[in-house]
Amino acid sequence: MSDIPSSHEATGTIKRPIRWHIGVFLLPAFLVYTAVMILPLIETLRLSLFNTVDGQSTFVGLGNFKVLFGDERWAADFWNALKNNFIFFAIHMLVQNPIGVALAAMLSIPKLRFAAFYRTAIFLPTLLSFVIVGFIWKLILSPIWGVSPYLMDLVGLKSLFSPWLGKPNSALVAVSLISVWQYVGIPMMLIYAALLNIPEEVIEAAECDGVTGWSQFFKIKLPLILPAIGIISILTFVGNFNAFDLVYTVQGALAGPDKSTDILGTLLYRTFFGFQLQLGDRSMGATIATVMFLIILAGVSLYLFVIQRRMRRYQF
Amino acid sequence: MSKARNSLSRTAFVHIALIGYAVISVFPVFLTIINSMKDRNAIFRNPMQLPTPQTFDLVGYSTVLGQGDFSTYFQNSFIVTVASIALVLLFGAMSAFALSEYRFRGNTLMGLYLAIGIMIPIRLGTVAILQGMVATGLVNTLTALILVYTAQGIPLAVFILSEFMRTVSDDLKNAGRIDGLSEYSIFFRLVLPLVRPAMATVAVFTMIPIWNDLWFPLILAPSEATKTVTLGSQIFIGQFVTNWNAVLAALSLAILPVLVLYFIFSRQLIRGITSGAVK
Repeated sequence: MSDIPSSHEATGTIKRPIRWHIGVFLLPAFLVYTAVMILPLIETLRLSLFNTVDGQSTFVGLGNFKVLFGDERWAADFWNALKNNFIFFAIHMLVQNPIGVALAAMLSIPKLRFAAFYRTAIFLPTLLSFVIVGFIWKLILSPIWGVSPYLMDLVGLKSLFSPWLGKPNSALVAVSLISVWQYVGIPMMLIYAALLNIPEEVIEAAECDGVTGWSQFFKIKLPLILPAIGIISILTFVGNFNAFDLVYTVQGALAGPDKSTDILGTLLYRTFFGFQLQLGDRSMGATIATVMFLIILAGVSLYLFVIQRRMRRYQF
Repeated sequence: MSKARNSLSRTAFVHIALIGYAVISVFPVFLTIINSMKDRNAIFRNPMQLPTPQTFDLVGYSTVLGQGDFSTYFQNSFIVTVASIALVLLFGAMSAFALSEYRFRGNTLMGLYLAIGIMIPIRLGTVAILQGMVATGLVNTLTALILVYTAQGIPLAVFILSEFMRTVSDDLKNAGRIDGLSEYSIFFRLVLPLVRPAMATVAVFTMIPIWNDLWFPLILAPSEATKTVTLGSQIFIGQFVTNWNAVLAALSLAILPVLVLYFIFSRQLIRGITSGAVK
């Protein structure tokens, strides 16, 4: 790594002077990161154990969680948001990641023409903000404008059209698919990178043994890119349980129709910041943020300590 | 290749699939932009048609530029993004250098501490961040946003940059030390110029979420003077829902800078991802 230890050994056991520069190099990042990220995070976790009783902040233990999970004013909203969030995540895993893998597999075909063009085009939506994506899709899916019925008419499916974003039983799926449309570029790129890293010899050896085409992909390449699939899964998980912007843009803070698209992020916003007649509630906001933190922590730990450990990594 | 007869139809299939998906990706953006330049009737009658001399109309743009204060929004977004990236790169590179160059007690611990932020989103601390910003009087200032985004960007920057700094040759740094350079000059004059490609990658990765963020501008800086483009267009479009010309024009104006940046940086970005910078 560094030369310092070796030169130190060479000079014997002379006491090393304090290396102030290490502190100077580390200090700015450490200060900003600690003050703006870590301390507020800890403070939020702490706040979730307090609530205002008679105008005074009082320690209530797990009382807030009991209210959130069990009290009739909160529980229905919370469990609804949690359930929706899991559906949101499941749709991403089932649609976004397989499409991403398929696109990456096609893009990584050697000597494919226009590959750079396809890559650029498919990655474009990922860079747009949720505000843009949300409104564009709101317009396209709007029955007033008629773009979607027109397009579906071209393939003879006009009768299937309905205002998906406005119906409680299809709104969540529609919003999730908009998010999939936007983010498919990320799994595509990461898997593409993983596929490019597979050495030529492995593929040649497979071809010599007559393993080609589909079976080559499933038997040779897929096992080799499993670590990358693990990474995109955990990135999707963290991103989904922290999502807010798209639902807020498309369906507003109330996550309509009838809270059918409410996820933890929008619930946190409404609770903590207040919306329309509802007053902001700091303690309950902190409680929801803590629940989100614990869910994300559980997912990340599961990934780091169970999935990643078990996964076999191949060194080339 | 061994399978000449099969490969032609396979290649055709691959191209059709990729073209199909590329169209799905680009079409909504394209549709928005062409319709932003048409008059109201044409938007509804022929959404698919390119603007013709008869239907060409920039009324949406004049509404947007007349009503919303978009130049201020752009300026705010620009200041916040550039300042945050500069701080992330400077602070991140300094820490990455300390962690990769020197062996000291607590090195691994510090590395892990800084890595927490890669996985745990800063958003979860919003309740306390807002409290802190209120206490220090930073609410509705761009400084608040810059601080938050700097903290948010540092973990990934340290992670990527320290990987790259390990590859800078020790001989070079030692030659510098023998010539009497201080550790600071070694960092600023020898190492930093060598990791410039990695810095560019980090800059692109940091830039996109900052430019597109809605959450923190909404909560920390919603005042008229500090709105960013993302928040500004969100509110503007919300108010003008029924004025389709204005909405489409506002969307196109918000897409434009991203498109320009993408065409400038796409090679850097794609090279950054495919070289394994984010593994």
